[in-house]
Amino acid sequence: MKKKTDQVLLDRLAQAARTGDISRRSFMHYAAAAGVTASAATGLWGTSAAANPSRGGTFRWGVHDGNTSDTHDPGTYVTRQMIFLAHTHRSYLTLIEPDNSLGPDLATSWEATPDAKQWTFELNPDASFHSGKPVTAQDVIDSLNHHRGDASTSAAKALLTDVTDITADGDHTVTISLARGNADLPWLMTDYHFAICPSNGDGTIDWQSGDGTGPYKIESGEFGIRWELARHDGWHGKGAYFDKVTMIVLNDPNARQTALVTGDVDCVSLIELKTLALLQRNPDISVDNIPSGGAITMPMFCDTAPFSDVRVRTALKLAMDRDEIIEKIAFGAATKGNDFHLSPVQPYWPSDIPQREYDPDQAKSLLKDAGQEGLTVNLSVAESVYTGAVDMCVLYAEQAKAAGINIKVVREPSDGYYSDVWLKKPFSAVSWGSRPTPDVMFTLAYKDDAAWNESRWQNERFNELLLQAKSELDQTLRAEMYREMCLLMRDDGGTLLPFFNNWVYARGKGVKRPEQVAASWGCDGARAASRWWFET
Amino acid sequence: MGDILGLVVKRLGLGLIILLVISVIIFFMVELLPGDIAQAVLGQGATPENLAALRKEMGLDQPALVRYLHWLAGAVTLDFGNSIVTGASVAETIGERFANTLFLAAYAAAIAVPISIVLGVLVALLRNSIFDRVANVATLTSISSPEFFLGYILILYLAVKTGMFPAIASLSNDMSFGDLLYRTFLPALTLVLVVTAHMMRMTRAAIINLLASPYIEMARLKGAPPWKVIVKHALPNAWAPIINVVALNLAYLITGVVLVEVVFVYPGIGQALVDAVSKRDFPVVQACCLIFAATFILLNLAADVGSILTNPRLRHPK
Repeated sequence: MKKKTDQVLLDRLAQAARTGDISRRSFMHYAAAAGVTASAATGLWGTSAAANPSRGGTFRWGVHDGNTSDTHDPGTYVTRQMIFLAHTHRSYLTLIEPDNSLGPDLATSWEATPDAKQWTFELNPDASFHSGKPVTAQDVIDSLNHHRGDASTSAAKALLTDVTDITADGDHTVTISLARGNADLPWLMTDYHFAICPSNGDGTIDWQSGDGTGPYKIESGEFGIRWELARHDGWHGKGAYFDKVTMIVLNDPNARQTALVTGDVDCVSLIELKTLALLQRNPDISVDNIPSGGAITMPMFCDTAPFSDVRVRTALKLAMDRDEIIEKIAFGAATKGNDFHLSPVQPYWPSDIPQREYDPDQAKSLLKDAGQEGLTVNLSVAESVYTGAVDMCVLYAEQAKAAGINIKVVREPSDGYYSDVWLKKPFSAVSWGSRPTPDVMFTLAYKDDAAWNESRWQNERFNELLLQAKSELDQTLRAEMYREMCLLMRDDGGTLLPFFNNWVYARGKGVKRPEQVAASWGCDGARAASRWWFET
Repeated sequence: MGDILGLVVKRLGLGLIILLVISVIIFFMVELLPGDIAQAVLGQGATPENLAALRKEMGLDQPALVRYLHWLAGAVTLDFGNSIVTGASVAETIGERFANTLFLAAYAAAIAVPISIVLGVLVALLRNSIFDRVANVATLTSISSPEFFLGYILILYLAVKTGMFPAIASLSNDMSFGDLLYRTFLPALTLVLVVTAHMMRMTRAAIINLLASPYIEMARLKGAPPWKVIVKHALPNAWAPIINVVALNLAYLITGVVLVEVVFVYPGIGQALVDAVSKRDFPVVQACCLIFAATFILLNLAADVGSILTNPRLRHPK
């Protein structure tokens, strides 16, 4: 910090930090380059950064994927718009913090018995519903039971099949008993279906009224069109800087982007990747490109020839140039896959597994060993799987030609793709939403007897490890088990995983966000309304 | 006038039979949609047990014919049942949406109909002049472009570049009428551009056709000025085809605007129909289709009655 230019640089850095334009990491990096010691830079960041978000304003949030036929029933939440709304007007027992760790929401603390078969959650005694009613253990029990039992139509039923009993101990303690130990239960409670609703007193919940315990209460609204919300003063959490939130359903990508550009909305939940570069050039708009746990997979039936031969499966995995696909199809808004279904933003991600690269020569020799030279396979895909999914498969087919593989891309109708093609055709492209933990994902789609074992993969060691890891409370041991499972998926599994798609959303002028944002959903883990603020 | 009343009753009766036939077609077409409603409601995250539970709850385990008759009995009394996805009453779900669509159609028609008829008369009067050519080229260009494209062009120039109008027609309950007209101007203008050419050219053609008739020559010979020849002598005889084309375009304004609704995020019935199809929400789909069919039938009836009333020869058939 001797030269004048350094001081100018520092001033600019401090300015950028104040307006939230650079992250803490870049700030430290540039400050160090300007000759500031680490401890001095830390202090400087503390004084410069916009640490005190200001309150006020109406946050107009343009949200995609809303439908007239949505409902407030947490068991049938399916559209993104309802997921955003749920995180704005309702609460969960636990939540995903901005650094992607697990944090408290309605539950302030939780602990398990050593076999992980019984979990006890302590509820926040200050939490209340928008109606003013305090949140009690009974509300939590009935809300969770909404997803259990034969009569339940909840899509999250499968997550709670191991639950044997949910009991209250006083007004603010809930104990969940499990048939088998599950070290991930507190993580499962962040699932968007497990929103806490007021109990009717007869074991059912009142989901119809739209009452909740979230940061904002619904004032008016219509499914698939728009929602008006106002701050819930009795909210138990920190944040909720906006006075009001208006959620406008903008299903058309052009309408969404135009609305952001013209200032009709302050944030849009998804932007079309084709126009990403153009939008980034607009100085009034900040684009967030955040890695997610959502993935594109291409499962091959491990019990069907020619995929029953692991050499064929590996050859197909080697025949894909993922970098080119990410650059050309995802426009850079994706994170390279390594053929195991766990992304870098998820817990227990093993960082030391070597990346599988494009290697047509090795693919060719593997096919030769397997006696499958000049292999021809059909790959089913529909445009609805992912924008550009068909192009992706066509590009992959071109890349695979170098390995002597002839992939025929079969374009299926988007309508009914998941009931007529997925799990029925031996090689297809599929899009997966993020799941909170590897245990959930692996149990759902890779376990030997899973209904959705999309690659029909049977691996004894993998299934053994999956059961062991589930109830293992020792974090180091657990991480080691997941690492081994990932290796098995990569080298033996039937799933080719091209990439994890990023969340790509954009903010208009004046909307600020913390340096770190949660990656569980788009728009800061769907919690933009309570975590962001307007610059004053 | 008794004849007209008889005709209206007869046509209404025929309309009802057509509606019945349409209802059968709609119902069984909807049945043919691929995929499964329970799957669509619960999404990719559903297990077979969930699906079975939901199907039973929705009555989907009954045969299609039983469900059709049950639905028809309700529809006759204007009870379209409940949405099988949300459980809310269909009338409630689409009522407000349909009102929005009618508003936009009326708004567009209020601009488009006078403009096209006046333009049609003018270009007939000044036919083969520069004005005629320019008006024809302009309206034909706008009708030849897909409406979503016109919408985007309007958004680009009137919303993004100049900021004169909002890009999205997002409505809220506390809007004044003036505000409403302002916010929905771009979608209305798009629709005006789409329908004007058809009505204008029909007006022009009908009038030019009549200008060759002997009675027009008579009018000219007695010394009537050209505008009077057209407005007083030609136009009354041209009303029948004009009314027909106006009715056809009005029907289009109500039933064919889904693309405009999507582009401008306007909460109309077209969007509700698309949502319902993607969710396999049969009662909503059927109700929307029936409303569309009834709109066509009623507007056609109105056009027929209108052309008879404006034409003495049709009013008093020999």
